[in-house]
Amino acid sequence: MMQETLDARRLLCPMPVIRTQDKVKKLTTGDELTVICTDPGVMQDIPAWCRINGHRVKECREQDGEYIIVLEVG
Amino acid sequence: MSEPKKAVALISGGLDSMLAAKVIMEQGIQVEGINFFTGFCVEGHTHAIRKKDKNKQKRNNALWSAEQLGIKLHIVDIIDEYKDVLINPKHGYGAHMNPCLDCKIFMVNKAKQWIQENGFDFIITGEVIGQRPMSQRRETMPVVAAESGADDLLLRPLCARNLPMTLPEREGWVDREKLYDFSGRSRKPQMALAEAFGFEDYAQPAGGCCFLTDEHYSTKLVDLWQARGKKEYDLDDVMLLKVGRHIRPKKNFKLIVAREEGEARFMQGYKNHFINMNCASHRGPLVLIDGEPSGEDLILAGQITARYGQGRDAEEVTLQIREKDKPERLITVKPLSADEMPEEWFV
Ligand code: SF4
Repeated sequence: MMQETLDARRLLCPMPVIRTQDKVKKLTTGDELTVICTDPGVMQDIPAWCRINGHRVKECREQDGEYIIVLEVG
Repeated sequence: MSEPKKAVALISGGLDSMLAAKVIMEQGIQVEGINFFTGFCVEGHTHAIRKKDKNKQKRNNALWSAEQLGIKLHIVDIIDEYKDVLINPKHGYGAHMNPCLDCKIFMVNKAKQWIQENGFDFIITGEVIGQRPMSQRRETMPVVAAESGADDLLLRPLCARNLPMTLPEREGWVDREKLYDFSGRSRKPQMALAEAFGFEDYAQPAGGCCFLTDEHYSTKLVDLWQARGKKEYDLDDVMLLKVGRHIRPKKNFKLIVAREEGEARFMQGYKNHFINMNCASHRGPLVLIDGEPSGEDLILAGQITARYGQGRDAEEVTLQIREKDKPERLITVKPLSADEMPEEWFV
């Protein structure tokens, strides 16, 4: 299992979703991806994107003005 | 049994594209969605601008539509390639700066490339004859099909029965009898179909799918191009045209004045890229300066900035100015009065 991080700070929605999508394409089932963002919209959009594409959101939190989403590739 | 056929649906986030996808899914076709991000899209990018305390969070309607349909959605960044479409549209602009016909051709062409790369069989869109004055007319339907290169791989389920047969119909992958013959500007048939499918709370953008159909937005874009002497833009420009009050006192610079807290928070993110100022002696908004102002221009900008703060009636207001690679400095100015701000300055 791989653990990867994606820096999507300063990108505005839907760019963080697009970057997440492109990154996930290179990963395989069971891999874990942590996405770090500054646009609060990702708290809705990345989980929605995960639900429709069959990935699991493990964690979704705000920390020091940043939004961190951890997902497991489905 | 043969493999099920696969179609990609252009999903804008509006009702029509959602209905078109559903109509084809009902016929046993495997559908996935594709959504193109030009930078100007109304959907999905305004999160950062909205006020935090709004109780109804703004959703990305393309993602929402896909979730309602239970299909995958591929979002494609076409920001750079789209510039050519917007700057030199072969078929011209619509009522404002919207190059809808070229835009449709471009997107369908992209979808055509996508189905070839991904082993899909055909493309569907939610177009309806007569629905939009520029891009969705009887005469433009064949233009989109031909110029995009999609030809008879492009099926419009909501008005297919008013159009020549496409390959999926001829081959019997879909039953033409179960497609629709909507036409005209009425929304009633779509609303009835939405009800039949149990869709609720869907988005119905009034003008179109992007900010280019908005008169005020288009005016600001044209102003930007005129001031720069050429048609060019980047993503920051596209985003900043959506926020604030834009005031251009001279050709070489304009002010972007935050109108509320949500905009101010959004504009904070651009402080490192633009000269910016705010009142120090009074409460007042954040202002970004776009262009190349002289020292004297910055004083004028300061007087305008002061006018939008609580010190507007004061004799003197002190402002903080931040310029790239320079230490922050303070200036003191007399705020402009309302009569000193000619109407032509407001973009
Ligand atoms: S409104 Fe017109 S220009 Fe804008 S995305 Fe839709 S088709 Fe394209």
